Amino acid sequence: MSGLRWSIIGPGLILAIWLSAALLGPWLGLHPNDIALPRILEGPSWAAWLGYDDLGRALADRLLLGARTSLLVALQVISISLVLGTLIGAVSAWFGGLTDRIIVHLIDVFLAFPGILLAIALSGLLGPGLSNVVIALSCVGWVGYARLARAQTLSLKQQAHVRAALALGASTPRILRWHVLPLLWTPLVVEATFGVAGLIIAEAGLSFLGLGVQPPTPSWGSMLRDGTAYMLIAPHLVIVPGFALMAVVLAINLLGDRLRDYLDVKMSRPRAAAASQT
Amino acid sequence: MLRFLLSRLVSTLVVVLGVVTLVFLLIHLVPGDPIEVMLGESAQPTDRAALRQALGLDQPLLQQWLHYVGQLLQGDLGMSLHSREPISALLAARIPATVQLALASLLVAVSVALPLGSLAALHKDSAWDHAAMSFALIGVSVPHFWMGPLLILFFSLWLGWLPVSGHEEPLSLVLPALTLGTALAAILARMVRATLLDVLSEDYIRTARAKGLSAQAVVLHHALRNAALPLITILGLQLGTLLGGAVITEIIFAWPGLGYTLVESIQRRDYPVVQACMLLISLTYVLVNAATDVVYGWLDPRIRLS
Repeated sequence: MSGLRWSIIGPGLILAIWLSAALLGPWLGLHPNDIALPRILEGPSWAAWLGYDDLGRALADRLLLGARTSLLVALQVISISLVLGTLIGAVSAWFGGLTDRIIVHLIDVFLAFPGILLAIALSGLLGPGLSNVVIALSCVGWVGYARLARAQTLSLKQQAHVRAALALGASTPRILRWHVLPLLWTPLVVEATFGVAGLIIAEAGLSFLGLGVQPPTPSWGSMLRDGTAYMLIAPHLVIVPGFALMAVVLAINLLGDRLRDYLDVKMSRPRAAAASQT
Repeated sequence: MLRFLLSRLVSTLVVVLGVVTLVFLLIHLVPGDPIEVMLGESAQPTDRAALRQALGLDQPLLQQWLHYVGQLLQGDLGMSLHSREPISALLAARIPATVQLALASLLVAVSVALPLGSLAALHKDSAWDHAAMSFALIGVSVPHFWMGPLLILFFSLWLGWLPVSGHEEPLSLVLPALTLGTALAAILARMVRATLLDVLSEDYIRTARAKGLSAQAVVLHHALRNAALPLITILGLQLGTLLGGAVITEIIFAWPGLGYTLVESIQRRDYPVVQACMLLISLTYVLVNAATDVVYGWLDPRIRLS
Protein backbone atom coordinates (compact mmCIF):
# COMPACT_ATOMS: atom_id res chain seq x y z
CA MET A 1 0.00 0.00 0.00
CA SER A 2 2.78 2.40 0.89
CA GLY A 3 4.34 1.65 -2.52
CA LEU A 4 1.15 2.74 -4.18
CA ARG A 5 0.99 5.88 -2.09
CA TRP A 6 4.58 6.81 -3.00
CA SER A 7 3.83 6.30 -6.67
CA ILE A 8 1.33 9.15 -6.29
CA ILE A 9 3.23 11.36 -3.83
CA GLY A 10 6.51 11.26 -5.81
CA PRO A 11 5.12 12.44 -9.16
CA GLY A 12 2.71 14.78 -7.33
CA LEU A 13 5.64 16.49 -5.65
CA ILE A 14 7.48 16.93 -8.97
CA LEU A 15 4.38 18.43 -10.56
CA ALA A 16 3.85 20.73 -7.58
CA ILE A 17 7.42 22.06 -7.93
CA TRP A 18 6.97 22.50 -11.66
CA LEU A 19 3.65 24.33 -11.25
CA SER A 20 4.88 26.62 -8.48
CA ALA A 21 8.03 27.48 -10.44
CA ALA A 22 5.89 28.20 -13.49
CA LEU A 23 3.28 30.27 -11.66
CA LEU A 24 5.51 32.11 -9.17
CA GLY A 25 8.66 32.36 -11.35
CA PRO A 26 8.54 36.09 -12.10
CA TRP A 27 8.08 36.94 -8.39
CA LEU A 28 10.91 34.78 -7.05
CA GLY A 29 13.55 37.46 -7.62
CA LEU A 30 15.39 35.40 -10.25
CA HIS A 31 17.99 36.83 -12.59
CA PRO A 32 17.83 34.64 -15.71
CA ASN A 33 19.53 37.21 -17.94
CA ASP A 34 22.25 38.51 -15.61
CA ILE A 35 25.64 37.74 -17.10
CA ALA A 36 28.59 36.84 -14.87
CA LEU A 37 31.51 36.78 -17.32
CA PRO A 38 34.10 35.20 -14.97
CA ARG A 39 31.73 32.28 -14.32
CA ILE A 40 31.06 31.20 -17.92
CA LEU A 41 30.43 27.41 -18.15
CA GLU A 42 31.20 26.99 -14.43
CA GLY A 43 29.81 23.75 -12.99
CA PRO A 44 27.46 23.37 -10.03
CA SER A 45 28.78 24.78 -6.75
CA TRP A 46 27.53 25.91 -3.34
CA ALA A 47 27.01 29.45 -4.60
CA ALA A 48 25.15 28.47 -7.77
CA TRP A 49 23.63 25.03 -7.30
CA LEU A 50 23.28 24.27 -11.02
CA GLY A 51 26.21 26.22 -12.38
CA TYR A 52 26.39 28.73 -15.23
CA ASP A 53 25.76 28.54 -18.98
CA ASP A 54 27.85 29.58 -21.99
CA LEU A 55 27.00 33.26 -21.47
CA GLY A 56 27.58 33.16 -17.72
CA ARG A 57 23.88 33.10 -16.77
CA ALA A 58 22.75 31.12 -13.70
CA LEU A 59 21.29 27.81 -14.89
CA ALA A 60 18.98 27.37 -11.88
CA ASP A 61 17.22 30.68 -12.56
CA ARG A 62 16.77 29.85 -16.23
CA LEU A 63 15.54 26.36 -15.40
CA LEU A 64 12.84 27.69 -13.05
CA LEU A 65 11.65 30.24 -15.60
CA GLY A 66 11.79 27.63 -18.36
CA ALA A 67 9.06 25.82 -16.43
CA ARG A 68 6.86 28.86 -17.06
CA THR A 69 7.40 28.68 -20.82
CA SER A 70 6.43 25.01 -20.95
CA LEU A 71 3.33 25.51 -18.80
CA LEU A 72 2.21 28.61 -20.73
CA VAL A 73 2.48 26.85 -24.08
CA ALA A 74 0.85 23.63 -22.84
CA LEU A 75 -2.11 25.42 -21.21
CA GLN A 76 -2.78 27.70 -24.17
CA VAL A 77 -2.54 24.90 -26.73
CA ILE A 78 -4.75 22.59 -24.64
CA SER A 79 -7.47 25.22 -24.22
CA ILE A 80 -7.48 26.25 -27.88
CA SER A 81 -7.43 22.74 -29.30
CA LEU A 82 -9.93 21.44 -26.74
CA VAL A 83 -12.52 24.13 -27.54
CA LEU A 84 -11.91 24.04 -31.28
CA GLY A 85 -11.79 20.24 -31.49
CA THR A 86 -14.89 19.70 -29.36
CA LEU A 87 -16.86 22.25 -31.37
CA ILE A 88 -15.85 20.78 -34.72
CA GLY A 89 -16.36 17.18 -33.61
CA ALA A 90 -19.73 17.78 -31.97
CA VAL A 91 -21.08 19.83 -34.89
CA SER A 92 -19.84 17.20 -37.34
CA ALA A 93 -21.59 14.34 -35.57
CA TRP A 94 -24.73 16.35 -34.83
CA PHE A 95 -25.47 17.52 -38.37
CA GLY A 96 -24.16 14.41 -40.12
CA GLY A 97 -24.48 14.18 -43.90
CA LEU A 98 -22.18 16.23 -46.09
CA THR A 99 -20.85 18.39 -43.21
CA ASP A 100 -19.81 15.27 -41.35
CA ARG A 101 -18.19 13.70 -44.37
CA ILE A 102 -16.16 16.82 -45.14
CA ILE A 103 -15.00 17.14 -41.54
CA VAL A 104 -14.09 13.45 -41.29
CA HIS A 105 -11.94 13.79 -44.41
CA LEU A 106 -10.36 16.95 -42.97
CA ILE A 107 -9.51 15.04 -39.78
CA ASP A 108 -8.02 12.22 -41.88
CA VAL A 109 -5.87 14.70 -43.80
CA PHE A 110 -4.48 16.23 -40.60
CA LEU A 111 -3.83 12.76 -39.19
CA ALA A 112 -1.84 11.96 -42.33
CA PHE A 113 0.99 14.16 -41.07
CA PRO A 114 3.20 12.42 -38.55
CA GLY A 115 2.70 14.22 -35.20
CA ILE A 116 5.46 16.75 -34.71
CA LEU A 117 6.17 17.13 -38.45
CA LEU A 118 3.28 19.50 -39.21
CA ALA A 119 4.12 21.54 -36.10
CA ILE A 120 7.75 21.84 -37.26
CA ALA A 121 6.73 23.01 -40.73
CA LEU A 122 4.07 25.41 -39.44
CA SER A 123 6.24 27.07 -36.83
CA GLY A 124 9.08 27.16 -39.35
CA LEU A 125 6.94 29.03 -41.85
CA LEU A 126 5.17 31.28 -39.33
CA GLY A 127 8.51 32.23 -37.78
CA PRO A 128 9.73 31.69 -34.21
CA GLY A 129 8.00 33.09 -31.13
CA LEU A 130 5.72 31.95 -28.32
CA SER A 131 2.43 32.75 -30.05
CA ASN A 132 3.45 31.03 -33.28
CA VAL A 133 4.43 27.91 -31.33
CA VAL A 134 0.96 27.95 -29.76
CA ILE A 135 -0.70 28.37 -33.18
CA ALA A 136 1.38 25.58 -34.74
CA LEU A 137 0.74 23.10 -31.93
CA SER A 138 -2.99 23.95 -31.79
CA CYS A 139 -3.28 23.32 -35.54
CA VAL A 140 -2.03 19.79 -34.85
CA GLY A 141 -3.75 19.33 -31.48
CA TRP A 142 -7.44 19.94 -32.31
CA VAL A 143 -7.67 16.77 -34.42
CA GLY A 144 -7.54 14.27 -31.55
CA TYR A 145 -10.23 16.08 -29.57
CA ALA A 146 -12.42 16.47 -32.66
CA ARG A 147 -12.27 12.73 -33.30
CA LEU A 148 -13.13 11.90 -29.70
CA ALA A 149 -15.91 14.50 -29.47
CA ARG A 150 -17.41 13.26 -32.74
CA ALA A 151 -17.48 9.65 -31.58
CA GLN A 152 -19.01 10.64 -28.24
CA THR A 153 -21.65 12.88 -29.82
CA LEU A 154 -22.63 10.16 -32.28
CA SER A 155 -23.54 7.85 -29.41
CA LEU A 156 -25.12 10.63 -27.30
CA LYS A 157 -27.35 11.58 -30.23
CA GLN A 158 -29.18 8.27 -29.85
CA GLN A 159 -29.79 8.59 -26.13
CA ALA A 160 -33.26 9.07 -24.72
CA HIS A 161 -32.73 12.43 -23.03
CA VAL A 162 -31.41 13.99 -26.25
CA ARG A 163 -34.27 12.58 -28.31
CA ALA A 164 -36.74 13.80 -25.71
CA ALA A 165 -35.27 17.30 -25.92
CA LEU A 166 -35.54 17.14 -29.71
CA ALA A 167 -39.16 16.02 -29.49
CA LEU A 168 -39.91 18.90 -27.14
CA GLY A 169 -38.70 21.23 -29.87
CA ALA A 170 -35.52 22.49 -28.19
CA SER A 171 -33.18 24.42 -30.52
CA THR A 172 -29.94 22.79 -31.73
CA PRO A 173 -27.59 25.15 -29.84
CA ARG A 174 -29.63 24.59 -26.70
CA ILE A 175 -29.44 20.80 -26.99
CA LEU A 176 -25.71 20.88 -27.73
CA ARG A 177 -25.04 23.26 -24.86
CA TRP A 178 -27.20 21.66 -22.16
CA HIS A 179 -27.71 18.04 -23.17
CA VAL A 180 -24.63 16.98 -25.14
CA LEU A 181 -21.67 19.09 -23.99
CA PRO A 182 -21.91 18.30 -20.25
CA LEU A 183 -21.65 14.58 -21.02
CA LEU A 184 -18.84 15.04 -23.56
CA TRP A 185 -16.66 16.92 -21.18
CA THR A 186 -15.22 14.22 -18.88
CA PRO A 187 -13.42 11.95 -21.40
CA LEU A 188 -12.12 15.01 -23.23
CA VAL A 189 -10.64 16.52 -20.10
CA VAL A 190 -9.02 13.19 -19.19
CA GLU A 191 -7.53 13.06 -22.71
CA ALA A 192 -6.30 16.64 -22.30
CA THR A 193 -4.51 15.80 -19.06
CA PHE A 194 -2.50 13.15 -20.90
CA GLY A 195 -1.92 15.63 -23.73
CA VAL A 196 0.06 17.97 -21.47
CA ALA A 197 3.04 15.57 -21.40
CA GLY A 198 3.18 15.44 -25.20
CA LEU A 199 2.89 19.21 -25.48
CA ILE A 200 5.75 19.83 -23.04
CA ILE A 201 7.98 17.61 -25.20
CA ALA A 202 6.70 19.25 -28.38
CA GLU A 203 7.39 22.79 -27.16
CA ALA A 204 10.88 21.81 -26.02
CA GLY A 205 11.41 20.00 -29.34
CA LEU A 206 10.51 23.07 -31.38
CA SER A 207 12.73 25.24 -29.20
CA PHE A 208 15.51 22.65 -29.57
CA LEU A 209 15.27 23.07 -33.35
CA GLY A 210 15.40 26.86 -32.93
CA LEU A 211 11.78 27.23 -34.01
CA GLY A 212 10.31 27.93 -30.57
CA VAL A 213 10.53 30.84 -28.16
CA GLN A 214 13.19 33.42 -28.90
CA PRO A 215 16.19 34.27 -26.73
CA PRO A 216 16.56 35.48 -24.08
CA THR A 217 13.29 33.82 -22.94
CA PRO A 218 14.40 30.56 -21.31
CA SER A 219 12.97 27.28 -22.58
CA TRP A 220 14.22 23.83 -21.59
CA GLY A 221 14.46 22.93 -25.27
CA SER A 222 16.65 25.88 -26.25
CA MET A 223 18.78 25.44 -23.12
CA LEU A 224 19.47 21.87 -24.25
CA ARG A 225 20.25 23.07 -27.76
CA ASP A 226 22.72 25.69 -26.51
CA GLY A 227 24.25 23.12 -24.15
CA THR A 228 25.05 20.52 -26.81
CA ALA A 229 27.84 22.75 -28.15
CA TYR A 230 29.69 22.61 -24.80
CA MET A 231 28.96 19.02 -23.86
CA LEU A 232 32.55 17.93 -23.25
CA ILE A 233 33.53 20.84 -20.97
CA ALA A 234 30.16 21.57 -19.34
CA PRO A 235 27.92 18.47 -19.43
CA HIS A 236 25.62 19.98 -16.79
CA LEU A 237 24.20 22.27 -19.51
CA VAL A 238 22.71 19.22 -21.24
CA ILE A 239 22.01 17.01 -18.23
CA VAL A 240 20.09 19.52 -16.12
CA PRO A 241 17.35 20.82 -18.49
CA GLY A 242 16.83 17.34 -19.97
CA PHE A 243 16.43 15.84 -16.53
CA ALA A 244 13.85 18.47 -15.57
CA LEU A 245 11.96 17.75 -18.77
CA MET A 246 12.00 14.00 -18.19
CA ALA A 247 10.97 14.32 -14.55
CA VAL A 248 7.89 16.41 -15.35
CA VAL A 249 6.84 14.27 -18.31
CA LEU A 250 7.40 11.06 -16.34
CA ALA A 251 5.37 12.45 -13.43
CA ILE A 252 2.44 13.31 -15.71
CA ASN A 253 2.60 9.90 -17.38
CA LEU A 254 2.73 8.11 -14.01
CA LEU A 255 -0.24 10.01 -12.62
CA GLY A 256 -2.06 9.56 -15.94
CA ASP A 257 -1.57 5.80 -15.69
CA ARG A 258 -2.92 5.82 -12.13
CA LEU A 259 -5.90 7.90 -13.24
CA ARG A 260 -6.59 5.56 -16.15
CA ASP A 261 -6.35 2.48 -13.88
CA TYR A 262 -8.67 4.18 -11.41
CA LEU A 263 -11.25 5.01 -14.09
CA ASP A 264 -10.94 1.52 -15.59
CA VAL A 265 -11.63 -0.08 -12.22
CA LYS A 266 -14.71 2.06 -11.79
CA MET A 267 -16.00 1.21 -15.24
CA SER A 268 -15.37 -2.51 -15.02
CA ARG A 269 -16.75 -2.96 -11.50
CA PRO A 270 -20.34 -3.87 -12.54
CA ARG A 271 -19.02 -6.38 -15.07
CA ALA A 272 -16.64 -7.94 -12.54
CA ALA A 273 -19.49 -8.22 -10.05
CA ALA A 274 -21.69 -9.90 -12.65
CA ALA A 275 -18.89 -12.31 -13.51
CA SER A 276 -18.33 -13.30 -9.90
CA GLN A 277 -21.98 -14.19 -9.53
CA THR A 278 -21.98 -16.73 -12.35
CA MET B 1 -12.50 -8.11 -51.59
CA LEU B 2 -12.76 -5.94 -54.71
CA ARG B 3 -15.28 -3.64 -53.05
CA PHE B 4 -13.04 -3.35 -50.00
CA LEU B 5 -10.04 -2.54 -52.20
CA LEU B 6 -12.00 0.07 -54.15
CA SER B 7 -13.35 1.80 -51.05
CA ARG B 8 -9.84 1.90 -49.55
CA LEU B 9 -8.45 3.27 -52.82
CA VAL B 10 -11.02 6.07 -52.94
CA SER B 11 -10.54 7.13 -49.32
CA THR B 12 -6.75 7.03 -49.73
CA LEU B 13 -7.00 9.20 -52.85
CA VAL B 14 -9.14 11.74 -50.99
CA VAL B 15 -6.58 11.90 -48.17
CA VAL B 16 -3.69 12.20 -50.65
CA LEU B 17 -5.45 15.07 -52.42
CA GLY B 18 -6.08 16.71 -49.05
CA VAL B 19 -2.44 16.36 -48.03
CA VAL B 20 -1.28 17.87 -51.33
CA THR B 21 -3.69 20.79 -50.88
CA LEU B 22 -2.60 21.44 -47.31
CA VAL B 23 1.07 21.35 -48.29
CA PHE B 24 0.29 23.65 -51.23
CA LEU B 25 -1.40 26.13 -48.87
CA LEU B 26 1.60 26.10 -46.47
CA ILE B 27 3.49 28.71 -48.46
CA HIS B 28 0.54 31.10 -48.12
CA LEU B 29 0.85 30.89 -44.34
CA VAL B 30 4.15 32.77 -44.40
CA PRO B 31 3.36 36.12 -42.80
CA GLY B 32 3.61 39.02 -45.25
CA ASP B 33 4.99 38.44 -48.71
CA PRO B 34 6.66 35.01 -49.06
CA ILE B 35 8.77 36.33 -51.93
CA GLU B 36 10.18 39.09 -49.72
CA VAL B 37 10.84 36.61 -46.91
CA MET B 38 12.66 34.24 -49.27
CA LEU B 39 14.77 36.82 -51.09
CA GLY B 40 15.34 39.30 -48.29
CA GLU B 41 14.52 43.01 -48.29
CA SER B 42 17.42 44.08 -50.43
CA ALA B 43 16.33 42.07 -53.47
CA GLN B 44 15.87 43.81 -56.81
CA PRO B 45 12.25 44.34 -57.92
CA THR B 46 12.99 42.45 -61.16
CA ASP B 47 14.29 39.43 -59.21
CA ARG B 48 11.18 39.47 -57.06
CA ALA B 49 8.91 39.61 -60.08
CA ALA B 50 10.86 36.77 -61.70
CA LEU B 51 10.57 34.51 -58.63
CA ARG B 52 6.92 35.42 -58.19
CA GLN B 53 6.31 34.37 -61.74
CA ALA B 54 8.46 31.23 -61.48
CA LEU B 55 6.53 30.08 -58.41
CA GLY B 56 3.25 31.14 -60.00
CA LEU B 57 2.38 33.34 -57.01
CA ASP B 58 1.02 36.07 -59.34
CA GLN B 59 -1.80 33.77 -60.47
CA PRO B 60 -5.21 33.30 -58.80
CA LEU B 61 -5.17 30.67 -56.03
CA LEU B 62 -7.16 28.05 -57.94
CA GLN B 63 -4.87 28.39 -60.95
CA GLN B 64 -1.84 27.99 -58.69
CA TRP B 65 -3.32 24.87 -57.15
CA LEU B 66 -4.10 23.30 -60.54
CA HIS B 67 -0.57 24.10 -61.70
CA TYR B 68 0.91 22.60 -58.51
CA VAL B 69 -1.08 19.37 -58.80
CA GLY B 70 -0.32 19.16 -62.52
CA GLN B 71 3.40 19.46 -61.89
CA LEU B 72 3.28 16.86 -59.12
CA LEU B 73 1.53 14.42 -61.44
CA GLN B 74 4.48 14.76 -63.80
CA GLY B 75 6.86 14.06 -60.92
CA ASP B 76 8.09 17.65 -60.95
CA LEU B 77 8.68 19.01 -57.44
CA GLY B 78 10.11 22.35 -58.61
CA MET B 79 13.51 23.94 -58.11
CA SER B 80 15.40 24.61 -54.90
CA LEU B 81 15.85 28.35 -54.36
CA HIS B 82 19.11 27.77 -52.53
CA SER B 83 21.00 25.31 -54.70
CA ARG B 84 19.07 25.90 -57.98
CA GLU B 85 18.84 22.13 -58.41
CA PRO B 86 15.67 20.19 -59.19
CA ILE B 87 14.16 19.23 -55.82
CA SER B 88 13.49 15.67 -56.93
CA ALA B 89 17.23 15.07 -57.45
CA LEU B 90 18.02 16.76 -54.13
CA LEU B 91 15.58 14.59 -52.19
CA ALA B 92 16.54 11.41 -54.01
CA ALA B 93 20.05 11.87 -52.61
CA ARG B 94 18.67 12.25 -49.08
CA ILE B 95 16.12 9.41 -49.03
CA PRO B 96 18.56 6.49 -48.50
CA ALA B 97 19.89 7.94 -45.22
CA THR B 98 16.39 8.29 -43.77
CA VAL B 99 15.42 4.78 -44.90
CA GLN B 100 18.60 3.38 -43.28
CA LEU B 101 17.85 5.18 -40.03
CA ALA B 102 14.19 4.13 -40.02
CA LEU B 103 14.97 0.46 -40.69
CA ALA B 104 17.76 0.32 -38.10
CA SER B 105 15.53 1.96 -35.47
CA LEU B 106 12.72 -0.41 -36.31
CA LEU B 107 15.12 -3.31 -35.83
CA VAL B 108 16.21 -1.95 -32.45
CA ALA B 109 12.60 -1.36 -31.41
CA VAL B 110 11.25 -4.75 -32.45
CA SER B 111 14.15 -6.74 -31.04
CA VAL B 112 13.76 -5.01 -27.68
CA ALA B 113 9.97 -4.78 -27.54
CA LEU B 114 9.03 -8.28 -28.64
CA PRO B 115 10.93 -10.24 -25.95
CA LEU B 116 10.27 -7.58 -23.30
CA GLY B 117 6.53 -7.33 -24.00
CA SER B 118 6.12 -11.12 -24.22
CA LEU B 119 8.00 -11.64 -20.97
CA ALA B 120 5.79 -9.08 -19.26
CA ALA B 121 2.60 -10.65 -20.60
CA LEU B 122 3.60 -14.22 -19.77
CA HIS B 123 4.60 -13.30 -16.23
CA LYS B 124 1.94 -10.70 -15.55
CA ASP B 125 2.38 -8.79 -12.28
CA SER B 126 5.80 -10.37 -11.68
CA ALA B 127 9.04 -8.48 -11.19
CA TRP B 128 9.71 -8.96 -14.93
CA ASP B 129 6.43 -7.30 -15.77
CA HIS B 130 7.11 -4.34 -13.48
CA ALA B 131 10.64 -3.90 -14.82
CA ALA B 132 9.46 -4.05 -18.44
CA MET B 133 6.65 -1.58 -17.86
CA SER B 134 8.94 0.78 -15.94
CA PHE B 135 11.27 0.74 -18.92
CA ALA B 136 8.30 1.48 -21.19
CA LEU B 137 7.19 4.41 -19.05
CA ILE B 138 10.68 5.92 -18.84
CA GLY B 139 11.25 5.26 -22.55
CA VAL B 140 8.25 7.34 -23.60
CA SER B 141 9.18 10.11 -21.16
CA VAL B 142 12.73 10.68 -22.39
CA PRO B 143 12.65 12.98 -25.43
CA HIS B 144 14.90 12.19 -28.41
CA PHE B 145 16.70 15.51 -28.02
CA TRP B 146 17.89 14.54 -24.56
CA MET B 147 18.56 10.86 -25.20
CA GLY B 148 20.68 11.67 -28.29
CA PRO B 149 23.05 14.13 -26.60
CA LEU B 150 23.34 11.84 -23.54
CA LEU B 151 24.35 8.90 -25.74
CA ILE B 152 26.89 11.12 -27.51
CA LEU B 153 28.24 12.25 -24.15
CA PHE B 154 28.73 8.69 -22.84
CA PHE B 155 29.66 6.64 -25.87
CA SER B 156 31.46 9.20 -28.02
CA LEU B 157 32.95 11.84 -25.76
CA TRP B 158 33.68 9.93 -22.56
CA LEU B 159 34.24 6.37 -23.80
CA GLY B 160 35.28 7.24 -27.35
CA TRP B 161 33.68 4.10 -28.78
CA LEU B 162 31.43 5.62 -31.43
CA PRO B 163 31.51 8.64 -33.75
CA VAL B 164 29.75 11.79 -32.51
CA SER B 165 27.80 12.42 -35.69
CA GLY B 166 27.87 12.21 -39.45
CA HIS B 167 27.19 9.48 -41.97
CA GLU B 168 30.65 8.35 -43.10
CA GLU B 169 31.15 4.99 -41.39
CA PRO B 170 28.71 2.18 -40.54
CA LEU B 171 29.27 2.76 -36.81
CA SER B 172 27.71 6.22 -37.17
CA LEU B 173 24.34 4.54 -37.48
CA VAL B 174 24.43 3.03 -33.97
CA LEU B 175 23.66 6.06 -31.82
CA PRO B 176 20.92 7.59 -34.02
CA ALA B 177 19.23 4.18 -34.30
CA LEU B 178 19.39 3.71 -30.52
CA THR B 179 17.99 7.21 -29.93
CA LEU B 180 15.06 6.73 -32.27
CA GLY B 181 14.59 3.04 -31.54
CA THR B 182 14.38 3.22 -27.74
CA ALA B 183 11.30 5.43 -27.61
CA LEU B 184 9.60 3.26 -30.21
CA ALA B 185 10.61 0.12 -28.29
CA ALA B 186 8.94 1.57 -25.19
CA ILE B 187 5.65 2.19 -27.03
CA LEU B 188 5.77 -1.18 -28.75
CA ALA B 189 6.61 -3.18 -25.60
CA ARG B 190 3.41 -1.91 -24.01
CA MET B 191 1.40 -2.85 -27.06
CA VAL B 192 2.99 -6.30 -27.38
CA ARG B 193 2.10 -6.92 -23.74
CA ALA B 194 -1.51 -5.74 -24.12
CA THR B 195 -2.09 -7.64 -27.38
CA LEU B 196 -0.53 -10.84 -26.04
CA LEU B 197 -2.58 -10.63 -22.82
CA ASP B 198 -5.71 -10.33 -24.99
CA VAL B 199 -4.76 -13.34 -27.07
CA LEU B 200 -3.72 -15.43 -24.05
CA SER B 201 -7.23 -15.17 -22.60
CA GLU B 202 -8.77 -16.68 -25.78
CA ASP B 203 -10.45 -20.08 -25.75
CA TYR B 204 -8.07 -21.63 -28.29
CA ILE B 205 -5.14 -20.97 -25.97
CA ARG B 206 -6.90 -22.82 -23.20
CA THR B 207 -7.64 -25.64 -25.64
CA ALA B 208 -4.00 -25.79 -26.72
CA ARG B 209 -2.93 -25.93 -23.09
CA ALA B 210 -5.55 -28.57 -22.29
CA LYS B 211 -4.22 -30.68 -25.15
CA GLY B 212 -0.99 -30.81 -23.19
CA LEU B 213 1.13 -28.64 -25.50
CA SER B 214 4.27 -27.24 -23.94
CA ALA B 215 4.13 -23.63 -22.82
CA GLN B 216 6.71 -22.82 -25.48
CA ALA B 217 4.60 -24.30 -28.27
CA VAL B 218 1.50 -22.48 -27.06
CA VAL B 219 3.26 -19.13 -27.01
CA LEU B 220 5.17 -19.52 -30.26
CA HIS B 221 2.59 -21.24 -32.46
CA HIS B 222 -0.71 -20.06 -31.03
CA ALA B 223 -0.30 -16.84 -29.12
CA LEU B 224 2.41 -14.89 -30.96
CA ARG B 225 1.04 -15.92 -34.34
CA ASN B 226 -2.37 -14.52 -33.58
CA ALA B 227 -0.93 -11.45 -31.93
CA ALA B 228 1.16 -10.72 -35.04
CA LEU B 229 -1.72 -9.23 -37.05
CA PRO B 230 -2.77 -6.45 -34.69
CA LEU B 231 0.90 -5.78 -33.96
CA ILE B 232 1.65 -5.18 -37.63
CA THR B 233 -1.15 -2.62 -37.81
CA ILE B 234 0.17 -0.90 -34.71
CA LEU B 235 3.62 -0.86 -36.23
CA GLY B 236 2.19 0.83 -39.35
CA LEU B 237 0.58 3.51 -37.21
CA GLN B 238 3.79 4.01 -35.25
CA LEU B 239 5.62 4.78 -38.49
CA GLY B 240 4.34 8.34 -37.99
CA THR B 241 6.09 8.59 -34.62
CA LEU B 242 9.19 7.15 -36.24
CA LEU B 243 9.22 9.63 -39.14
CA GLY B 244 8.47 12.58 -36.85
CA GLY B 245 11.20 11.53 -34.41
CA ALA B 246 13.60 11.03 -37.30
CA VAL B 247 13.50 14.80 -38.02
CA ILE B 248 14.89 15.67 -34.58
CA THR B 249 17.25 12.68 -34.46
CA GLU B 250 18.74 13.59 -37.85
CA ILE B 251 19.39 17.13 -36.61
CA ILE B 252 21.13 15.90 -33.43
CA PHE B 253 23.47 13.58 -35.33
CA ALA B 254 23.85 15.66 -38.53
CA TRP B 255 22.40 12.65 -40.35
CA PRO B 256 21.85 13.74 -43.97
CA GLY B 257 18.28 12.50 -44.45
CA LEU B 258 14.90 14.04 -45.24
CA GLY B 259 14.36 15.46 -41.75
CA TYR B 260 17.72 17.19 -41.82
CA THR B 261 16.87 18.62 -45.24
CA LEU B 262 13.49 19.82 -43.93
CA VAL B 263 14.91 21.81 -41.01
CA GLU B 264 17.87 23.04 -43.08
CA SER B 265 15.45 24.33 -45.73
CA ILE B 266 13.27 26.02 -43.10
CA GLN B 267 16.35 27.88 -41.86
CA ARG B 268 17.31 28.84 -45.43
CA ARG B 269 13.71 29.88 -46.21
CA ASP B 270 13.82 27.51 -49.16
CA TYR B 271 10.06 26.94 -49.03
CA PRO B 272 9.63 24.76 -52.14
CA VAL B 273 12.02 22.22 -50.57
CA VAL B 274 10.11 22.41 -47.26
CA GLN B 275 6.89 21.64 -49.13
CA ALA B 276 8.47 18.73 -51.01
CA CYS B 277 9.86 17.17 -47.80
CA MET B 278 6.49 17.46 -46.07
CA LEU B 279 4.79 15.88 -49.05
CA LEU B 280 7.22 13.01 -49.31
CA ILE B 281 7.18 12.14 -45.59
CA SER B 282 3.41 12.37 -45.11
CA LEU B 283 2.57 10.52 -48.34
CA THR B 284 4.90 7.70 -47.31
CA TYR B 285 3.02 7.50 -44.03
CA VAL B 286 -0.40 7.52 -45.75
CA LEU B 287 0.56 4.89 -48.29
CA VAL B 288 2.17 2.55 -45.76
CA ASN B 289 -0.95 2.74 -43.60
CA ALA B 290 -3.24 2.14 -46.56
CA ALA B 291 -1.11 -0.87 -47.49
CA THR B 292 -1.24 -2.25 -43.92
CA ASP B 293 -5.01 -1.80 -43.98
CA VAL B 294 -5.35 -3.73 -47.22
CA VAL B 295 -3.06 -6.55 -46.05
CA TYR B 296 -4.99 -6.77 -42.82
CA GLY B 297 -8.30 -6.89 -44.70
CA TRP B 298 -6.93 -9.55 -47.00
CA LEU B 299 -5.80 -11.71 -44.08
CA ASP B 300 -8.80 -11.11 -41.84
CA PRO B 301 -12.20 -11.22 -43.57
CA ARG B 302 -13.94 -9.67 -40.54
CA ILE B 303 -12.24 -6.35 -41.32
CA ARG B 304 -13.18 -6.08 -44.97
CA LEU B 305 -16.79 -7.13 -44.42
CA SER B 306 -17.56 -4.71 -41.60
